[in-house]
Amino acid sequence: MAIPGTLWLVALFVIPAYAILAVAFGDIDPILRTTAPAWSPLAWSGSTMVDTLGRVFGGDLGKVFVRTGLYAAAALAGCCLIGYPVAYFTARRAGRSRGLVLGLLVLPFWISYLMRMLAWVNLLQPDGYVNAILSALHLGARDHNWLDGDWPTVVIGLIYGYVPFFILPLYAALERLDERLIEASRDLGASSFSTFLRVTLPLSVPGLMAASVIVLLPMCGDYYTNTYLTGGSPRTEMVGNQIEFFLRGSSQPQSGASLVIILMAFLLVAMGYYLVVIARTQREGRS
Amino acid sequence: MSVGGYRPGRRLGPLMVITWLYVLWSLLPVLIAVRISFNSGKSRSSFQSTSMRWYWEDPASVWRDQALQTALSNTLKLAVLTMVLAVPIGVAMAIGLQRWRGRASRAANNLMLLPLVTPEIVIGVALFLVFTQIYSSIPRGFTTQLLGHVTFTLSYVVVIVRGRLLSIGGQFEEAARDLGATRMQALRLVLLPQLGPAIFASFMVVFATSVDDFVISSFLSTGASSETVPIKIYASARAAATPAVNAVATVMLVVTLAIVAVGGLAIWAYRRNQGATLGSAAAATGIGG
Repeated sequence: MAIPGTLWLVALFVIPAYAILAVAFGDIDPILRTTAPAWSPLAWSGSTMVDTLGRVFGGDLGKVFVRTGLYAAAALAGCCLIGYPVAYFTARRAGRSRGLVLGLLVLPFWISYLMRMLAWVNLLQPDGYVNAILSALHLGARDHNWLDGDWPTVVIGLIYGYVPFFILPLYAALERLDERLIEASRDLGASSFSTFLRVTLPLSVPGLMAASVIVLLPMCGDYYTNTYLTGGSPRTEMVGNQIEFFLRGSSQPQSGASLVIILMAFLLVAMGYYLVVIARTQREGRS
Repeated sequence: MSVGGYRPGRRLGPLMVITWLYVLWSLLPVLIAVRISFNSGKSRSSFQSTSMRWYWEDPASVWRDQALQTALSNTLKLAVLTMVLAVPIGVAMAIGLQRWRGRASRAANNLMLLPLVTPEIVIGVALFLVFTQIYSSIPRGFTTQLLGHVTFTLSYVVVIVRGRLLSIGGQFEEAARDLGATRMQALRLVLLPQLGPAIFASFMVVFATSVDDFVISSFLSTGASSETVPIKIYASARAAATPAVNAVATVMLVVTLAIVAVGGLAIWAYRRNQGATLGSAAAATGIGG
């Protein structure tokens, strides 16, 4: 019974993934300038890959990669700062209102991502509510255009977009924490703050890591949040924008495909680190 | 945080303030966007007075603008057909993976989990390349979008249904077999009814995920005839947009919430009927999205 599903995934996930490799390591037709995928690994040529790698390490694409990493890191930090207290409160302190809070935390999952971004585009217009509030508080110019390529707009947009996906797994992890360990720490005389710092926080590291991976992977491939919130300003361009441009805006799918492979290589390193940390905490937990 | 004797939910601590501020911050902008869809003026940033202009009065409203109509019907058709295809295939796959042991099963299981951790842009590029380079006989546009949506929602269904299968266990089916039911009868009369909540949850998650998708729809779109609501919202960044964009987004929001409410009610009614015997389907509804 698992056969139809498996065949589906082979035909529409495995083969397409292989097509990325075949195109990235394929040739370019010398006359038509179209891409000629190399379906056999024996026929692979690395010229496009070497070319793209050269542009990433020390070339114009390097800046885009660094910017993507910085945006993702800043947004992840924001997710931790906002998400941890919210998840912690909901899991351990909300008491009888927990069901209600949880329902409100899940609600954004049912609202389309782009509609949530649209909401911010409305608020951040030069004559929008954000500027009205800021100028009422004498904090900023009345007519500042936030949608003109400001990096804080993109980072806040990423936080707003992804923090619900961060909170829920973290909530699940905090909710499963062993109450007895926390009580033991209190009974042995630790203050509630030092109990948090020395018991709760270390115990929640695996959940924190899982939540981070869940938001980091899509954020690194994001291209629509920054484009939508800045009107496609080149000052906030991310790796995803370059990939999308190579595939749809120009006829260089082989460069786009090799960029996807490089991005995935970076993400696999991050995933590998995550798996090592998880394995280590599980080992420590057992000894 | 107090030292000793913290009573949950009673005192107004800083954590509680942060949490409620967050909830407000996460939902208020969307409510304002909904409000703006009822604006009588052209502005998307400040509200003049309430009207239905951007729903059906204006030539550029949801009801009159041909492009918005196409986007709306594409999005709904895509979501419904994705549900029709992904849920049966996913349910069968979950049941199959549960029974089928061995190395091939483990491989299929890992394969099923991969789309969940692959960034959407990678799936989008992969599908774009495969439909332009290999499966080029399939008409690009709606058909390829449908195939793409089924591919990335399939894993959600398998994960949700498998959670339920684990909590049911094998004893009911065994009992049915001992009482003389054939394999198919045991499956149809005993197992499938028990999977009810997981199947409803899968329908809800698949619908919401398909309706929400931008990246895959956009990579496989061929222009105006295969645009969806998210693509329309995205395109409004460059064009001189009107509150009609808010209106079409609001329509989709209401439809999604209605589907989720119906699904939630169905699960609730099911569990009442069953006397809340097995497992928790509510947990399953929180998985995807």
